[in-house]
Amino acid sequence: MSIDYNERVMEHFSNPRNVGEIPDADGVGQVGNPICGDVMKMYIKVDDGRLADVKFKTFGCGAAIASSSMLTELVLGKTLAEAEAVTNHTVADALGGLPPLKMHCSNLAADALHKAIEDYRRRRGERPPEPAGAPDAAGAAGAGAPDKA
Amino acid sequence: MRRVYLDHAATTPVDPRVAEVALECMTGNYGNPSSLHQFGRLARQAVETAREQVAGLIGAAAKEVVFLSGGTEGDNLAIKGVAAALKKRGNHIITSAIEHHAVLHMCEYLEGAGCRVTYLPVDEHGLVRLSDVEAALTKETVLVTIMLGNNEVGTIQPIADIARLTRARGIVLHTDAVQATAQVPVNVDALGVDLLTISGHKMYGPKGIGALYIRRGTRLVPQALGGGHEHKLRAGTENVPGIAALGKAAELARAELAERGRHLSALRDRFLDGIMERIPDVKLNGHPERRLPNNANLSFKYVEGEALLLNLDMRGIAVSSGSACTSGSLEPSHVLLAMGVPPEVAQGSLRFTFGRQNTDDDVDYVLQELPPVVAKLREMSPFTPPQEEGGADVH
Repeated sequence: MSIDYNERVMEHFSNPRNVGEIPDADGVGQVGNPICGDVMKMYIKVDDGRLADVKFKTFGCGAAIASSSMLTELVLGKTLAEAEAVTNHTVADALGGLPPLKMHCSNLAADALHKAIEDYRRRRGERPPEPAGAPDAAGAAGAGAPDKA
Repeated sequence: MRRVYLDHAATTPVDPRVAEVALECMTGNYGNPSSLHQFGRLARQAVETAREQVAGLIGAAAKEVVFLSGGTEGDNLAIKGVAAALKKRGNHIITSAIEHHAVLHMCEYLEGAGCRVTYLPVDEHGLVRLSDVEAALTKETVLVTIMLGNNEVGTIQPIADIARLTRARGIVLHTDAVQATAQVPVNVDALGVDLLTISGHKMYGPKGIGALYIRRGTRLVPQALGGGHEHKLRAGTENVPGIAALGKAAELARAELAERGRHLSALRDRFLDGIMERIPDVKLNGHPERRLPNNANLSFKYVEGEALLLNLDMRGIAVSSGSACTSGSLEPSHVLLAMGVPPEVAQGSLRFTFGRQNTDDDVDYVLQELPPVVAKLREMSPFTPPQEEGGADVH
């Protein structure tokens, strides 16, 4: 089957932004399953309620890598609530679209980020999803595509 | 940018000597072989010459060769045709888990039509075990269909040994030789097969043409009905340019077989040695020796095949991948999975298939471009073990 990625996807795939790990991350989230071909791991650093740093590691196809990269660009510097409002669809739109087959299987970056934020909140003893005015968190976590297992 | 085509198992360029023959049968010798006038007789001659050329390549009699549209139709006709012809004798078919989909999907279709199909497992190298074949044979078995050379990993099956089992019991044996023909010696008597499929575009001929060898006396119900073409086994006006081209391709393959084999395996081995030297945590899939001379199927741990393929494509290098992403399904290659390759490792597999026109320089270019691509993707992968030694496993 042929792969039909647009230029923006190919650009992010070729020069992915924010690749790496954050050794002293405030939160880490991972989604996906290597058996299906895509695993994404997001690391976040939070400063004053904002994402001061976001890095990713991804095992996966072109769409998986490009969407990871695009997501980090979209959310860097955003408040946690703003970041939680970003969905997999937001990422795909920002990339100018992804091939239909890739929409559900490789477009998981936002889910990984939401998990990292969840992890951050848990570490701080916050109880997701309710507290501290984060209805977005519940919405985003619930609406995102489920991990493919 | 340099362009290096290493996907000859997908398709091959048409040899200019072959294209010339096809062109002549389009513009000059354009008659219908069924016509009685001299235009028809000339076209008929081209078809019958090609039949002899193809028969010559596989050690058959010309009468035993039927032309059709390609590998898929050949496999389909062989399996469906035998199942229909012998349904009174039995309804059991034996095949393997690593066949081409042209075989597997036909077998699945026949299961829906009342046949029983046994899908034999393979060992870690992709080989069917003779003991499994023997154990699967029943009084109801009418057909065994096992490929000669695998299209993904290149493993060559012990068809002659399987033939000894089927012949003793009067069971029809079919082999899909689409990848093996014109790469390794293929002789229908040495193999002991009753049916054998060939495809033009895998052997420097055009797409849309193939042949089915049908041993004399093998009963087959035709699937395409109409005029009495191809010994009434495949109706439809003959694709004369394609047929003549396939004949020429077969003639050239026969003359150049040994030389091509040497060239291909030399390229393949130069490539494999270079990769193993330069990239850690790589595994060769398929049999170490019993494999097609042009095939190298490698799993690059911790990375995914489509990402590798895209990166190579950007560097002008054309290969194919066994990852789910490139197969259009959720699962990676059914062949690698059947061989027991873990799914996450199968996701990171690439197939390199060399051709006549590839050179040492092509190999060296890939050896230069591939290691940094793998390194870059591994740097990005959450599974890559921390620097120094790559000892850990994905799972």
